[in-house]
Amino acid sequence: MREISVDLIRDTVARLAVEACCSLPDSMLDAMRRARECELSSTGRDVLDQLILNAGIAAEERAPVCQDTGLAVVFAEIGQEVHITGGLFEDAVNEGVAKGYTEGYLRKSSVEEPLFERRNTGDNTPAVIHTRLVAGDRITLLLAPKGAGSENKGALHMLVPADGIEGVKKAVLETVRHAGASPCPPMVIGVGIGGNMELACLCAKKACARDVESRNPDPRYARLEEELLEMVNRLGTGPAGLGGSVTAFKVNVEFCATHIASLPVAVNINCNAARHAKAVL
Amino acid sequence: MSSIHHLVTPLSKEDIRKLRAGDLVRISGTIYAARDAAHKRMTEALARGESLPFDIAGQLIYYVGPTPAKPGKPIGSAGPTTSGRMDAYTPRLLELGLAGMIGKGNRSASVMDAIRNNVCVYFAATGGAGALLSRCIKSYTVLAWPELGPEALAAMEVEDFPATVVADCYGTDLYEEGKKPYQHI
Repeated sequence: MREISVDLIRDTVARLAVEACCSLPDSMLDAMRRARECELSSTGRDVLDQLILNAGIAAEERAPVCQDTGLAVVFAEIGQEVHITGGLFEDAVNEGVAKGYTEGYLRKSSVEEPLFERRNTGDNTPAVIHTRLVAGDRITLLLAPKGAGSENKGALHMLVPADGIEGVKKAVLETVRHAGASPCPPMVIGVGIGGNMELACLCAKKACARDVESRNPDPRYARLEEELLEMVNRLGTGPAGLGGSVTAFKVNVEFCATHIASLPVAVNINCNAARHAKAVL
Repeated sequence: MSSIHHLVTPLSKEDIRKLRAGDLVRISGTIYAARDAAHKRMTEALARGESLPFDIAGQLIYYVGPTPAKPGKPIGSAGPTTSGRMDAYTPRLLELGLAGMIGKGNRSASVMDAIRNNVCVYFAATGGAGALLSRCIKSYTVLAWPELGPEALAAMEVEDFPATVVADCYGTDLYEEGKKPYQHI
């Protein structure tokens, strides 16, 4: 057994929160620069220029790229050979989120219950934690903060097998069309296909947090990613929704096994600040 | 796209009539930060027959909930939030004299009607450019409901704050018109 202390987990989560919110991945910046080269609308190019400039200022000043520093979504892969010492894993993650969001001057956007008081918890906890047990003696932490402008525009479509690929394309297109300018395009779109209701949504969120330069390893789904991107970019929504040829930087698709009678399709939209930061302990 | 308008708040109806959807503007003067919770409180205050915490005649509300200011800075990152969540509250404020709003994203038909009927304007700032936009904000003063944290009602002094006219007082909506040349589906 390899021992990993909760203090290390807490401090790593705190560091990842600030890193994710203040520094866009290089691949996102590359995607913005490529989009700037091929965007046909001058307004759209102006928006992309602002986003590129913004990312530079944020990294230089260690300031958040966007004021909506989101709910802290944490994907954790815990090796079965790890012994976590000194406390509980989830407490350590939440303490890390509280520390990172407070000391890093990030916005606290979490309310403790959704309907009545909607009181802010004050430290951006609780995090949304997805834990998976894996082989080995390491812990991998992926922090993917997600703002509400884009999260609010996601949708789940419970299709049936007869709807097929065309049904999937229609579901994605209608979700993105309906989202309009609100999720801060150009977007990164995560699509989860298969599973059941909750697994499709989880797949979509994982797809959202995947790098813009990644491709689905299955060539059929990689091809679907390309087709969906081309289709979405024909909507004309454009940067900031002001019209243009780049509505999305990338569509990432994840799939999983499903029921013989089901074809769930979840669409999770990420904004132009598609943030994530990862560490392996 | 046409020339850049330099606007100073409060705006007159004459200022607003010069603006067309797609125009770029640079806004200077005082603007007011308010989002979901502050709008709810303002509407409740009006329902009780109370006055608002600021004179809204000719003013602009910016839908923003900034990150905390670092030491020595007036404000943290401060880009626009989604305007549609304020749709239910906006027509009343426009009828009371508010000149317009700065935000991002589509508005409801009733807001678009209120913009036209009351000679108002809706601007978009670039969502996702909060670090860049904060450089145009010179001060941030909470006017009411500090317990709302980033949702408190605040006055901000801005200089050359960049925005685009999305909805003008003639009923044009850039979110509808702007995509047409690029829509091939």
